[in-house]
Amino acid sequence: MHPAPSVIVFTVLSGLGFGFLAYLGLGLAAPVGATAFWVWALGYAFAVAGLMASTLHLQNPRNAWRAFSQWRSSWLSREGWAAVITLVVLAPVALTAIFLRFPSATFGLPGAALALATVYCTSMIYTQLRTVPRWNLWITPVMFLGFALTGGAILAGLKWPAIVLCLALAAVLAASFVLGDRRLAESGSTLESATGLGRIGKVRLYEGPHTGTNYLMREMIHVVGRRHAQKLRVIAVVFAALLPALVLLIAPGGSLWAIALAVVLHLTGAFAARWLFFAEAEHVVGLYYGAR
Amino acid sequence: MTELPTNTQKKLGLVIDLDICVGCHACVTACKGWNTENYGAPLSDIDAYGEDPSGTFLNRVHSYEVQPSDGGCSQTIHFPKSCLHCEDAPCVTVCPTGASYKRAEDGIVLVNEDACMGCGLCAWACPYGAREMDMAAGVMKKCTLCVDRIYNENLPEVDRVPACVRTCPSGARHFGDLGDPDSAVSQLVADRGGMDLMPEQGTRPVNKYLPPRPKDRPAEAPLAALADVKATGIAGWLDRLLEKL
Repeated sequence: MHPAPSVIVFTVLSGLGFGFLAYLGLGLAAPVGATAFWVWALGYAFAVAGLMASTLHLQNPRNAWRAFSQWRSSWLSREGWAAVITLVVLAPVALTAIFLRFPSATFGLPGAALALATVYCTSMIYTQLRTVPRWNLWITPVMFLGFALTGGAILAGLKWPAIVLCLALAAVLAASFVLGDRRLAESGSTLESATGLGRIGKVRLYEGPHTGTNYLMREMIHVVGRRHAQKLRVIAVVFAALLPALVLLIAPGGSLWAIALAVVLHLTGAFAARWLFFAEAEHVVGLYYGAR
Repeated sequence: MTELPTNTQKKLGLVIDLDICVGCHACVTACKGWNTENYGAPLSDIDAYGEDPSGTFLNRVHSYEVQPSDGGCSQTIHFPKSCLHCEDAPCVTVCPTGASYKRAEDGIVLVNEDACMGCGLCAWACPYGAREMDMAAGVMKKCTLCVDRIYNENLPEVDRVPACVRTCPSGARHFGDLGDPDSAVSQLVADRGGMDLMPEQGTRPVNKYLPPRPKDRPAEAPLAALADVKATGIAGWLDRLLEKL
């Protein structure tokens, strides 16, 4: 699949933002007063920046408001609702923490749950697609929630939970690579099933439908990134999980510099992992073009 | 609404005969022509006369070579592909705006271009590559089964079929109600063993493909006897001599 920058920025930043907001809602990072303002603003900024980025790849953004209409069947629509409701429900929690110095625990619980539900909905936009076997797997939502919880814990300055979650994220990423690599074969889709000609014998593309490229090929058949897939996998695991864990382990507790460094490292790894998530994913339509 | 109808009164669709298609691309051209002048945004071409031309098509013809597993010559099979108007159309349910829908009355899958935001998720959800974003109009385009022809009483009755079917010079394309077991297309599917593409994707396509008929295969090479010439005279003597060496 084509790794569109807007979609990568959307999923990484809004995932981090909603993950962080979940911890704030639960009161696990419980600043009050002026500090609370900056902390909540950071969470909202990541979440909203991600959501704004998601509109950049729309070819016809003036109809974007209609995306709220199909929550009964569409995960993308549900994601939009979950995001807006989360931001609205958490607003009084943030405002009371900032202006009334009211701690947000329990009162923020529904918002925290909604924040994680938003990340789940985002992951389901991809997980639901049977056409992309690598995504159509239980580990995709686990991976998205893993990134949200890990990034949120790092930002919230929760030293030991963050370290544990980093190690869990490394394991989830490694598992997603192993499981993902065999998904296309497991899906049973081949050029033979795609054409129905397997009953005769082995099928090969003899001539494509056109000499140039087209929307489908640009969007679904992306082979450039797969060449460096192994290196990028290592970069993703090391930067998103191992290095932040190491920084938090050796830095003195509560050091803002350590948190900032860990977040920057984590985001670098998250962007690499998300880029690979798209670039490595094979769409079954590629079979018709003799590609994958 | 992007929820699928539980049942449609009719299941209008195409039956494509892979035994007959000659790969002339007339259906591709007729489709592009009709759908550029009629329903919805025209099918644009980008950089049509330049270095890197590309454009929107609702129907494309791939050509495949199949090597029979029981030996014999390989077969060339031309393979037209367009929207299969699936009963479990994943492109419809993923649509967040309600632009994609499947009609309860005849099962045609359509896009309401006025509501489409051009996110492309429906094209991702389709295993067949039946949907293409028009890069000039910014909306998703797909086969309409020529909904503006098949019910159009301004056209002569013979023309009230999809443009691809009307134009096919070899008679490889058939249009009809696949929900009616007595229709000509349903009979054709039953007689010839019509098949679904990628049944493992669970889309339950309405369109069916008729597999190529088995090719005749001579039992043995008929010219073999002619090649076994018995030489006589000096040539025969040389032949026998060389054989003994």
